[in-house]
Amino acid sequence: MITLIDCMLFALILFIIGLTGIFFNRKNIITLLMCLELVLLAVNTNFIIFSSLSGNLEGQIFVFFILAVAAVEISTGLAILVMVFRQRKTINIENLNILKG
Amino acid sequence: MKQIIFYFFSFFALFMALFLILTKNSIHAVLSLIFTFILTSIIWLILEAEFLAMTLILVYVGAVMVLFLFVVMMLDIEEVIKKSKFVKLWPFVIFIPMFLFLLTFYTYNHDSSSVTINSILIQHSVDYNNMRELGTLLYTRYLFSFEIAGLLLLVGIIAAISLTFRGKVGNSHYQNIRKQINVSSKNRLKLKN
Repeated sequence: MITLIDCMLFALILFIIGLTGIFFNRKNIITLLMCLELVLLAVNTNFIIFSSLSGNLEGQIFVFFILAVAAVEISTGLAILVMVFRQRKTINIENLNILKG
Repeated sequence: MKQIIFYFFSFFALFMALFLILTKNSIHAVLSLIFTFILTSIIWLILEAEFLAMTLILVYVGAVMVLFLFVVMMLDIEEVIKKSKFVKLWPFVIFIPMFLFLLTFYTYNHDSSSVTINSILIQHSVDYNNMRELGTLLYTRYLFSFEIAGLLLLVGIIAAISLTFRGKVGNSHYQNIRKQINVSSKNRLKLKN
């Protein structure tokens, strides 16, 4: 029997690994984007767990839209990354401070 | 049996996710993320979300991760990436996971504490079709959101192309639309006796 707490712990540990990766790899922006994907995956897993727990398909609809939006976000982000690399020949985050934000 | 499968794939997925954040080679990171997606989609299959599991493999492994691989290949990063100042951020790294663990166990204890996923999933009849139910909901109640998602994908395509397009290069072949419209059958077709 798969218990609820196993599924929840799986999603939670996936989320924490993604979050730790964001803190850990603060130089390489590609790895940063991949950690963001990991966090989104954990959130989606949580949605699916509680959707199948409550027998309510609306959680899965939500996951569907999250997948669509994440795909758009990643493609635009990678396009921006390619453009930044063309102009500055580096994708080190610490050099991307031209806006002084 | 189902439990053994679940534990095996979830441990493997978590191991791959750990490998992703610890490796320094970007190609290895992309490959381990692909493995994480595939293993998580198997877990989604166990949770009876078949359509979304297939969508995860098609959209993420098929499109997004290939995009990542292309970008890693194109950028050709050779600079040595030093470890960042991890010390400065240690409160976040320790306290946020601790808070999330506490939140999870608190929620779990206040819910009915012996809920198993299997006891819920058995309720579906044999001819239950996840894809049909999802499609029915998506094309009736969430039709407007669905259209907006399609529009968002279009915007994403236009943004990605217009950001990376560098204009026409000298002798490249491209369509001349005016020429194409003005063409008539006389220009193309010759009758010879």
